[in-house]
Amino acid sequence: MGITFRKETFRDDFTFKNSPEHIRRFPFPFHEDAYMYAVNIEPHVVGPKGSVLENLIDVDEHYVAEMQDRALVLAEDPLRCQSLPHMTLAGWDLLELLMEQQALGYPEHFTLTRDGDRWRWINRPLGIDDTFTFGDTSTLPYGPMEYITRQSQGDFCILDQRDGNLWMDAGMVTTQADWSLDFDIGMNFFEWHAPVPLAHEKGIFTRALKFLTNIQQGKPARRLNWTMTINPRLDTSPENYHKWGPDRATVTPENVGDKVHLRVELQSFWRLPRSNGIVFPIRCYLIKMDELVTQPKWARRLHRVIRDLPDELANYKGLTRFRPTLVEWLSKLDDGSATSPGFGPD
Amino acid sequence: MSTGTTKLDVVVSDVVPVNDLVTRFHFRRRDGQLLPTFSGGAHVVVEMRDGERTRLNPYSLMGSPLDTREYTISVRRDDVGRGGSLFMHNQVRPGLEMVVSYPVNLFSLDLRAKKHLMLAGGIGITPFMAQTTQLAAEGGNFELHYTCRTASLGTYADVLRERYDRRVRLYHDDLGERIELDRLLSSQPLGTHLYVCGPAGMIGWVRDRAAALGWPSETVHFEHFAAPQPGAPFDVTLAISGKTIRVGEQQSLLEAIEAAGVDPPYLCRGGVCGQCETNVISADGKFIHNDHWLTEEEHRSGKKIMPCVSRFEGRSLVLER
Repeated sequence: MGITFRKETFRDDFTFKNSPEHIRRFPFPFHEDAYMYAVNIEPHVVGPKGSVLENLIDVDEHYVAEMQDRALVLAEDPLRCQSLPHMTLAGWDLLELLMEQQALGYPEHFTLTRDGDRWRWINRPLGIDDTFTFGDTSTLPYGPMEYITRQSQGDFCILDQRDGNLWMDAGMVTTQADWSLDFDIGMNFFEWHAPVPLAHEKGIFTRALKFLTNIQQGKPARRLNWTMTINPRLDTSPENYHKWGPDRATVTPENVGDKVHLRVELQSFWRLPRSNGIVFPIRCYLIKMDELVTQPKWARRLHRVIRDLPDELANYKGLTRFRPTLVEWLSKLDDGSATSPGFGPD
Repeated sequence: MSTGTTKLDVVVSDVVPVNDLVTRFHFRRRDGQLLPTFSGGAHVVVEMRDGERTRLNPYSLMGSPLDTREYTISVRRDDVGRGGSLFMHNQVRPGLEMVVSYPVNLFSLDLRAKKHLMLAGGIGITPFMAQTTQLAAEGGNFELHYTCRTASLGTYADVLRERYDRRVRLYHDDLGERIELDRLLSSQPLGTHLYVCGPAGMIGWVRDRAAALGWPSETVHFEHFAAPQPGAPFDVTLAISGKTIRVGEQQSLLEAIEAAGVDPPYLCRGGVCGQCETNVISADGKFIHNDHWLTEEEHRSGKKIMPCVSRFEGRSLVLER
């Protein structure tokens, strides 16, 4: 039994929706009624069946529509995909990782066959059947990173490790929450995190870097991050701020449930074997408030989290403008009872 | 989250004497599958079941990263060492089932380099075997300078000359040949990265001269082949696990902690990676820090120790483990 891929859009008429099964598998990021930064990193191991962690690289009902949206973004702005010259080998590493994981998790949709360096990749949802020579860029229509990330949900940052630091030297970034690969490319870990408030003082980045530079082959790690987006836009880039920024002024008590989306990033971290780089897939999940509050526990808890969020964080995440409207709307769904521990719905 | 790395079940597929001191070991996966891919400069930690004792030694992978049907390592016999290399030489035979870690690379090539200048001393040649294979396959620009005591102890010198011809330059101590380091370093094109692996004295010499000649530290890469040093036995209390243990003369503190059933994280077991760093809760005595991880200030503070290589002399030591 395969996935039924939805026909939907992330722009213009915004027909994006989650099916009821997908609402229940949404990676709700709050394990308690309050939120503060933590280095909430854990081993990236396979989780329960039916969850987004059933496979280490998740493919879901939005796959085909997301790949179509990515192609539109790239057609308008090719700089969303960049790879510095020394990162080609890491691109091959990523191609191998994503082909292996997608074929392993979804054999009805993807097949990888290898005969030495001669590889055949079949991607049924996108109608692709290509044979190429692993390591020979001339046998693919794009570079290896671009080729495979045009066929994989989520953004991908490939980090070079040197001098005890990580450098963002390649990536495919089209579904981001207000940051830009074109701006960050070539920066190190501290440079690209410079805008984040509060966390520097807590020494979080120093500890996180130490952890990440020690990520080992065969032992990926993960964390969740979150923000909110008005309308189900995948592309909320600084380059397109003029398109999505004004959306934040359109939230009213009447349209909160349809317009405001919780945006959760499942970030994972993998050591790449040939290049010794680290790849950092950032998988974006969207859910509108009307869908989220079908789970009463999530509705109550989200109300408390958003209401009590420190102002610096609310500003950084771009919530300030619509926070009062959202909190007021959510408060009606919060009867004050206790929420159960853990992330999942009751 | 991790103690060490993910493990691989392997079988010794071949044992090949290379010269009077060095033996090469080949490993294949017990289930017949391919081994994980690796990058030039990576090592694996080999677990040795030596009677009651488990020894864990890191060895560079020297085979081709392009062919992972087997892993190969080369072990130099150390007759006065702590026994790991003697175990490998005397006990390990084809057919023996062993466990090795996933590859870890703490001596990675900088793929931005326009040219890779490699300096090897003695058994320090092993990581360069894989790195040169990797670079040669990609048409990379490299040059290898290799010093050994005598021609007969020039481990793989013949192989390297055969493969790379004049890109390899050999120096024999018994003939009084010595790398003309200053001239070599001064004549490199801009964008060259320097890699050195060998005895501590050689690494220190090369790093010092490179710094003196203005090489930015980011372009100078080195890997120590540091085994834990033996020393007088000492007692340690582990506060979290509530154990008091004795560290034997030939045992490292890390090994003693592991033998007590506590599983601290580790990667290099040579004082460079930082994984086993441990907080000191109290100490009355003198630390013998042998690591390259902590800063001098941290060494002086007495608040941190790297149990893989460091020792202690004194009345009492309590660690947060």
